[in-house]
Formats: sequence, C-alpha cells, structure tokens
Amino acid sequence: MPAVTETLDTVQSVTQSGYKWGFETDIEMDLAPKGLNEDIIRLISERKREPAWLLEWRLQAYAAWLKMEEPHWARVDHPKIDYQDLHYYAAPKKKPGPRSLDEVDPELLRTYEKLGIPLKERAILAGVDPGEAEEAARTPVAVDAVFDSVSVATTFRETLRKAGVIFCPISEAVHDYPDLVRQYLGTVVPVADNFYAALNSAVFTDGSFVFIPKGVRCPMELSTYFRINARSTGQFERTLIIAEEGSYVSYLEGCTAPMRDENQLHAAVVELVALDDAQIKYSTVQNWYPGDAEGRGGIYNFVTKRGACRGARSKISWTQVETGSAITWKYPSCVLQGEDSVGEFYSVAVTNNHQQADTGTKMIHLGRGSRSTIVSKGISAGHSNNTYRGLVRIAPQAAGARNFTQCDSLLIGDQCGAHTVPYIESRNRTAKVEHEATTSKIAEDQLFYCRQRGLTEEDAVGLIVNGFCKDVLKELPMEFAVEAQKLLAVSLEGSVG
Amino acid sequence: MTAPLPSGAAGFLARYAALRDVLPGDPALRDAAADAFRTGGFPGATRGRRSEAWKYTSLRPLADLRFQSQLGDASLLADDAITALLARVPTLDAPRIVFVDGAYHAELSTPPAWFARFAEQPDFGTLTWPDREPLVALNTMLAADGALLHVPEDTDAGVVELVHVSTDGAAAHPRHCIRLGANARLTVLDVAIGSGSYLHNPVTEVHVGAGATLTHARLQDEAPGAFHLATTYAGIAGDATYDSFTLTLGGRVARNEVHTLLAAPRATAHLNGAQLLTGSQHADFTSVVRHEAPSCVSRQTVKNVLNDHARGVFQGRIEVARVAQKTDGYQMNQALLLSPDAEIDSKPELEIFADDVKCSHGATVGELDVEQLFYLRSRGIPDAEARAILVRAFLAEALDAVTQETVRAALEASVERWWERQAA
Repeated sequence: MPAVTETLDTVQSVTQSGYKWGFETDIEMDLAPKGLNEDIIRLISERKREPAWLLEWRLQAYAAWLKMEEPHWARVDHPKIDYQDLHYYAAPKKKPGPRSLDEVDPELLRTYEKLGIPLKERAILAGVDPGEAEEAARTPVAVDAVFDSVSVATTFRETLRKAGVIFCPISEAVHDYPDLVRQYLGTVVPVADNFYAALNSAVFTDGSFVFIPKGVRCPMELSTYFRINARSTGQFERTLIIAEEGSYVSYLEGCTAPMRDENQLHAAVVELVALDDAQIKYSTVQNWYPGDAEGRGGIYNFVTKRGACRGARSKISWTQVETGSAITWKYPSCVLQGEDSVGEFYSVAVTNNHQQADTGTKMIHLGRGSRSTIVSKGISAGHSNNTYRGLVRIAPQAAGARNFTQCDSLLIGDQCGAHTVPYIESRNRTAKVEHEATTSKIAEDQLFYCRQRGLTEEDAVGLIVNGFCKDVLKELPMEFAVEAQKLLAVSLEGSVG
Repeated sequence: MTAPLPSGAAGFLARYAALRDVLPGDPALRDAAADAFRTGGFPGATRGRRSEAWKYTSLRPLADLRFQSQLGDASLLADDAITALLARVPTLDAPRIVFVDGAYHAELSTPPAWFARFAEQPDFGTLTWPDREPLVALNTMLAADGALLHVPEDTDAGVVELVHVSTDGAAAHPRHCIRLGANARLTVLDVAIGSGSYLHNPVTEVHVGAGATLTHARLQDEAPGAFHLATTYAGIAGDATYDSFTLTLGGRVARNEVHTLLAAPRATAHLNGAQLLTGSQHADFTSVVRHEAPSCVSRQTVKNVLNDHARGVFQGRIEVARVAQKTDGYQMNQALLLSPDAEIDSKPELEIFADDVKCSHGATVGELDVEQLFYLRSRGIPDAEARAILVRAFLAEALDAVTQETVRAALEASVERWWERQAA
C-alpha cells in the first residue's frame, strides 16, 4: 500500500474511532415548524393529546421564560443561541406509537442496534454479545429509547408491571397516571427555576417516568437511551422518578448524537423524589457529540437535574461520566429535606479539544443529621476548559449535618484549563463540612513506570486516568463501568504525544 | 459646617463636587473614578444588582449613613480621646506614623527619614482598578493624604508602625504606597483603630522589588460601629516575598481585600489571617493571587472564630496563567462556629491554565472537636476553660504564620485583650 493511502487510512480510522456514534439515521420525520411561541407549545401539547392542566403549566413556564435571561455565570463561552431557529418537535413518522417492539420501525431498531443498545427484551447494555446460556444468567436491563422528541420503545414493561413498577414514556404517564404526574411534576424543579428549566417545562416532549411503589425493590436496572438525530432540533426531555417508602431503583442514562457542524441544544430536566427509606441511584454516561478537533459542532448540554430526599433516611446518589458535548452546564443536586437523608455525587468530567464543561453539584442540607459526599474528578486536555462548581449549604435547622467534598483536577497539555469553584455556606455549628481540592498533571514517574513496562504513551495515560477516576467509576453499575472506561480512553485520544 | 450632605453614595459624590479643585493629584483620574463610583455605587445597595465579588457582603447599611471627610492637616484634632485610643496600639520600639481621619498627624508621629506624604506627592500608582472596584473608585475620588513608604534598594529598614485613627462620623480614604527597592527589607505593622461610627476606606499599593522582603502585618481593631473596607494591591518582583497577615477583631462591617500579582519567577506571597468575630459583626476576607510567572509560590491560611450572630466570609482565588508553570499554590480556610447563630460562607477558588502545577485548597467548617473537649474535661478542666484552650490553640496555629517576632508578640497581645473583652 502506498504510504499516502496508508496515512489517509490511519487518519480516517482515528477520526472515526473518535466518535463512532456519529452516524445519521435517514428516517421520515414529523417536524414542527421552526420557532418558539404559544402556538408551537399548543401544537406540542396537541400532538401529545395532553390534558388542559399540562398545557396551562407549559404556558406558565413559557411566560416565565420570556422574562428570564440566559445565565452567564458559568465559565462557558458560546455564540448567542437563536431560540427561534430550532424545531421544538421532531418525531419519527408512523404514529400512533407502537404498542410492542414488533411495531417499531425497523430503521429505528437498527439505529439502536448500531449504538450497542439492542431493543430486545433480552437486551443488556454495552456492545458485548453473550451466548444464550450466559445471557440467561445476566440481569436484564429495561430500556426506554427516546429518539429526538419521542419515546420509540420501552422494553420489559410487562415484567416491571408485575412487580408494581411503572416505567414508561412520560407522555404516556400523563394519560395513564395523571394524578401521579400532576402530584410530582415541577415540585423538585419548579417551572421558573432557571432559564433552561423554564424552556424545558414549556416545550418538553418526552422522557421517562418511573414510579416504584412502597417497599418494592425494582427487579432490574432501568435505562433510558437518548438519541438526537434530526437536524436543527433541540432535545428537551423530562424525566421524573418517584421512589415511595422503602423502595429502591437504579436508573441509567445514556445519550449520543450524529456528528454535525452545527451546535444542537439539549436542555433536559430530571426530577427525583425519594420518600422515607427510599433509595434512588441515578447513573449517567453522557456521550453527546462533542464537536470535532477544531471545536466545530457538538451538543450544548444545558441540563437541570435535582433530587429531593423528602423522607427520613432517604438516599439519592448521582454518578456521572461526562465525556461528550461541546458545552456542559449541569449540576445534579440533592435537597436533603429528610432527617438523616443522604446525598451523593460522583463525577468524572473529561474535556478534550475545544470542549467546555462547567459541572458540579449542590447539596442543600435541611434535615437534621443529613449527610453528603461529593467526589469530582475533572480531566482537561487539548484546548478545553473544565470547571467544577459546587455548593454545600447547611441550613440553621440541619443539626449534625455532614459533608465531605473531594475535587481533583488533572491537566493534560498546557493549552487547557482546570477550575474549581466551591461555595460553602454553614449556618449550623454542629454541622461539619470538609472540602479538599487538588490540581496536578500526570506524574512523570508514573508515566515512566508504565512506559518501561512496554505500554504505549497513550495506553499509559489511559491507565493512569482510569486510576485517577477509580473512586467514581466503582460507583457505576457494571455494564456502565466497562463502557465508561472505554469512553475515557476514546475521549482522550490524540491528547498526548 | 455647611448644610448636611446627602446620605450614601450621593453624599460622597457631593463631597467630591465640593472638593474637586483642592484635592491633590491628577483631576482626570479622579473624575474617571467618580464616574465609576457613580455607576457602581455601594455593592448591595442597589436592589436587583448583584455582584459575584460581593456575593456575601452587602454595603446596604452604608447607604443610609452620612459622613464628614476631613481635609488637610489633622493636628487640630489632637485631643485626649485620640491619645486614649493610641494607648491601645501595640508599642514597638520603632518609628510611628499616625493618620487621623485620613490625614497625617505630625505631632503624634515619629516618622523614618524615607517617609513622604500622598498630600505632597500625589500618585495613584499603577496596580489599582478603580473601574472594577467601587471602593477603590471612592478612595481614588476622595483620597487626600496617605503614607508613602519608599525603601531604597539594599536597605534593611527595620520595623515601622502605620497607625490610622478614626473619629465618630468621619469618612477617611487614605491612599498608601509601600515600595521596596531591590533586596530591601521592611516590616510594617499597619494598625486601624477608632471610636464611634465611621468609614475607613484605605487603598494600599505595594511594590516589592527583586529579592526584597516585605512583612505586612495588619491589626484591624476598629470600633464596633465602624465600616472598615481595606483594599490592597501588591506587585511582587522576582525572588521577592510579600508576607502578609491580617488580624481582624473590630468593625461592624469589615472587608479586607487583597490582590496579589506574582509577576516574575520565584516570587512568593503569603496571605494569612485570622478573624475573631462576636456580636453581629460581619467580616470578609477576599483575596486574589495571580500567578503570572513560572516557579512562584503562594500560601494562604485564614482562620475564623465566630461567636454570637457573627458572620465570617472567605473568598480566595488562585489564578494560574498559561506561562506560570511550576506554580506551587496552597490555600486553607478554616472556621470554628462557637454559637448556634454564627455563619460562615467560604469560597476558595482555583483557576488554572498551566499543566505543570501543584495547587490545592481546603476548607473545614465545624464546632470544637468533642473528642478533644472530652480529653480536656476528663483531666478535670472545666468546660468553659477547656473550650478556651481549644480556641486559643486554633488561633495560635494561625499566628504562627507571623515570623517577625516583635510583630507576632504585638498581635498575640491584641488577641489576649480581645479575650479579656469577651470575659468582661
């Protein structure tokens, strides 16, 4: 093979492996006209055959949004977003929605197959294809697949229903369980909470709804897979998870998008409610398209995630691995209302090339004896900027509250930035708050040790980075942890040497 | 006196309109500062306008007050009250420079030979940002006097005491400049005291020349009704050291804001401090350290002891520029909450653009360690005494950072008097 062709091939394979989820699915779409106004909101509500109260709620959010300004306090920089230049509704045609997997458009099934998320009721996450026997032994994962604005399939619904667990698209829950939705929607993230949450409340199209009744331990992991496909759309999904007294659920979230030169907006809202003794474990592997090496394209990921530990001894745990998106603006938080409630935040955020991430958490301690742990690992490479921004607030009534925070940043290369902006506010003397942060680069001696054992520099960096992130990765469910480790390596490709 | 001035920012602007033609120095600079102050106003005083730099401290109470600004020499004010106040100032065997309400007081001073006055050599310096800091704008607009301490190169100038006394109802905006030539040494004990309700708004510009060392100890022991809003800008040259410590004891609302620029390789900055607050005192320690050259070192430990309804604020930022490889930065903020109503707000920040650096910060908040308390109680020490021992130990650790012995002794004596006041 001539050297030139070889080089071209190598370059191509490197770029492709850079983001292998970047393909586009050609599927007939039902698109709302571009722009945002009351008519569009009415149209979304009409398409989803929503009750009047929900439309009213959306319009209220829209009215609030009109009066709000985009937040500018985060360390992110982007050209002004033209909110009128987006489609606020994009759904694959062939409605009404399929009732079983057999009715789902095969093109869509193929898309998810390619993404490594086979929508079969024997599905497991990650691209491993086990043999039949092995497969039977594995814990299955129920998947809700959201394609642009709508949920296209939800697996294992019958099995879950038998256990009393509701897992369905939120648009369906609005019809099937209106009282539950109405009781909880917007109670953790109010419609006018912030600019992007208000926008989401006005135009959200789909997302997952999870309800775990009293005393039930959800029999399998629940998972939602978000896919942005259509051009010039924004994805505004809404997830609501309610864990009643003494229940437990582990929920996983994954996301990808095609490679495009334009920036696309993703503004989700996730609300979690945990009652007495309930536990919610929420894990995210965020892999939206990050843009190319020159910083063209990529998703703007402006997300509001918040959990309310309403009950005594309730626990909400956020684990996130953030490798994608051109810009990430995301602060999964816990409002620790219940006595002895527990909040956790484990995060790995990796930025490379021209990515910008401003992410962290808020732990609001209201309940006596509430405890929180924050472990954040930021890795910056290329020309990227990575900021941890967090708040720990101890209210006067939160006697005996406890927080421990550890934020570590790793810099790879001298053109990137790593920033730490914690806010600590304590108004109760019996509370104990500790915060530690460090910033460093990969130590030469560690690198040398790996290299002299025959690892390439890139593999050595991958190994060291994985070690750096271990405290967070071990919090992930097994399938996700494997996926996350692979992603870390891919995200940092080309950042050394 | 003429008709009373309006309150708040308008009062200061009216004051400036009346004094513009007699104030020393470049009127264009003052006019620009007046414009900035008119636009900015007192942080927190304008509803709906929030400033991240003033997130935890509001100067709203200032907006309702009226002050007088003294102009010219202060010798006429020398009375028994001031002499009594001066008795609280630690006595060092060192030259002393006294300002009263922002003006130099020759009678009470024993200045070193290299001392000069801003009133005679007005120079607004090169490091300050009146356009960004409303209080620096206010100072630039109204500064009438200040101490210029210029130590020639290769000179060890020993210790000097710089004392500012405020009287009831006064507003003082002294403009100080400390400049050390290459390889010079100087220790400044900078003391602020007063009585009644007043505003003390000093701006200090510091230049530490190559290889020079400045020890800058501040004792803020203002009256309970005082507003003490001090801003310092320090530029540190290669191999030079700026070693500062601020002990905050007094004031109703106090802020000690320090901007440090590590401008050349191997410069060092220490920005340590302790805040002891009771009643409804509010004290804010805000610092920014800019590492703009390789191999510089910054160290910071700030401790808060908060009793009653007191509120302590710490905001510290370390900025490391792209060129500042081999930076070594460390920052620690600790708070002891001694009462159920005390509050601490802490925001340590790292902003890093260079990869080969070692930067860390830590923060701890809590009450006295029950196990340590138990240990002392089990040895027969009464509760109150055991608590006092632990608080003293916590503070002693902070004061250890002051290496100049006479100055440390003076600060320790002030802490001791503070304890006596608490007991009384």
